[in-house]
Amino acid sequence: MKFDKRAGDVLVWALLLSAPFWLPLAGSYVELGTRVVIYALAAMALNFLLGYTGVLSFGHAAYFGLGAYGTALTIKYLVPSTPVGMLAGIVLGTVAAAIIGPMIVRLRGVYFAMCTIAFGQVFYFIAFQWFSLTGGDDGVSAWHREPLHFGFATLDILNSNKAFYYFVLAIFAVSAAAMAFLLRSPFGRTLLAIRENERRARFLGIPVDQHIWMSWVVSCFFVSIAGTLFSLMNDFVDPRALRWDQSGNFVIMAVLGGMRSFWGPLIGAAIFLVLQDYISSETQNWMSFIGLFFVLVVLFFPRGVLGIIRRKATS
Amino acid sequence: MTQLLLFNVFNGLIIGAFYALMALGLSLILNLSGVINFAHGGFLAIGGYLAYTLIPYVGFWGALVASPFLVAFIGILVERVLIRRLYGRDPLYSLLLTFGLAFMIEDGTRFIWGAQSLPYQIPSWLSRPLSLQFFFLTGYRVFMVILVTAVVAALFVILNHTRLGIRIRAGTLDLETVSALGVNTGVLRNLNFGLGIYLAGLAGVLAVGMLGLQPTIGDNLIMPSFIAIIVGGLGSLPGTLAGGILIGVVSGITTVFLPAASEAVMYVMMAAVLIVRPRGLFGEEGRF
Repeated sequence: MKFDKRAGDVLVWALLLSAPFWLPLAGSYVELGTRVVIYALAAMALNFLLGYTGVLSFGHAAYFGLGAYGTALTIKYLVPSTPVGMLAGIVLGTVAAAIIGPMIVRLRGVYFAMCTIAFGQVFYFIAFQWFSLTGGDDGVSAWHREPLHFGFATLDILNSNKAFYYFVLAIFAVSAAAMAFLLRSPFGRTLLAIRENERRARFLGIPVDQHIWMSWVVSCFFVSIAGTLFSLMNDFVDPRALRWDQSGNFVIMAVLGGMRSFWGPLIGAAIFLVLQDYISSETQNWMSFIGLFFVLVVLFFPRGVLGIIRRKATS
Repeated sequence: MTQLLLFNVFNGLIIGAFYALMALGLSLILNLSGVINFAHGGFLAIGGYLAYTLIPYVGFWGALVASPFLVAFIGILVERVLIRRLYGRDPLYSLLLTFGLAFMIEDGTRFIWGAQSLPYQIPSWLSRPLSLQFFFLTGYRVFMVILVTAVVAALFVILNHTRLGIRIRAGTLDLETVSALGVNTGVLRNLNFGLGIYLAGLAGVLAVGMLGLQPTIGDNLIMPSFIAIIVGGLGSLPGTLAGGILIGVVSGITTVFLPAASEAVMYVMMAAVLIVRPRGLFGEEGRF
């Protein structure tokens, strides 16, 4: 079987576009589809850095959470408008990443991972302890996303979960297209070169640290978009959105689906969330099962689902 | 004021000693095997819970001695069965594996011992304050500082003067050469992992006497331990020790003047170190 890339793309989009119609038939619900798309965006954003630049970040939850908090706080306290809230969240997440970036891009490998973990926790503590603003452990509640007004029409993303799904999917589509475009551009090719052989890239005169910084900011930009959508979906955000276990979830999604493939993280997110949904409704000890799942993926599926398919296809 | 400051400096010293114990264990494993052990906090919790279970049978002192060894034994088993398979692969995988282990351990302790906080009895003569003026100086705290100092001193004696320790340090610099010289690096890494986990277990037994016993006890200690390693410098054990105590004391002093910032100040220190001296205070140039 030859792995046809274009056929794969068409299949992915067909499944995503029709999801609200077949999900209830498959015994599931539309919100699960929305969650999958949001997490898929986060995992694909992480994979921009992890799979295509070869840099391991274990702290992406921070920028996801900043996006979520930025949106929630703006809508609650400043402007009750969905687009303004989203913009605020994205700016907050991206600016934080841009500031932290220069401190860590000089580091490599485990050391980079460790620093991203530690920096990620800063925002967790801020969200947790700044009670007067963030509500601490209780999170930011008592606000909700607003319907979208386009002048000629209104999209009621608040009350219609299908409308909200398509709103999320549209943003996902634009983001995915933008990432695919960036990866095909000279910038993306340079990132691949850095991943494959950093020393050689340096010899070619490529400013490696600068490129890693840019890749980091791009990645955090898209992850904060996912974060804003996440808080819009829940009409709520609490510190768990930016805790380290969230970062781990993004990484496992990317690995499970296949780090070296564009759609891998989407598949990983779908498998992970469906499984989590099922396990947490069956048992109280879902954490053990998720932990076991991590261990099994690492031991038996390190290449991910798409990695395995691809290897079968070439052999 | 002076007393308050003294109290917090002393408190910071104790907390810093915990961070240092945790961080030294993490650092040992990281240096030799390149594995960030996310489950370190989990092993710490196991240490505390095992001690709690053992006390009725062997008493406080027996548990203090036995529990860390049992935890180290569990650690050695985990290394043999799981972590060993990931050496030489992208650090991503060992990070994810220990991450999953951390989940399993936290949930497992909750399953076995319950989610609620458990009381932990320390001998009454240890919990009494030593002087009325310095009420915070309980025997237990002083005892902890002395014990941690002794253990850390012992660790450095092991590393500098025993065959095992010298091999660990050599392996940290160049594992391939050590292997070529006929040392079984599999066993070496295994024992080194056990040593690191022993320190986590010991930190667990000591911590529960002060912080109480709950499944998430390791969570609050693991991030500062990462920071201790980063501040102290990757690859340097004395650096890790200094980093742990430094952030403990600085965060203790901050508590006096700005209590809300006592956590944040650690991260500020980390950021400052990364900007001014990315390799950390005592880290080697060009190692990472």
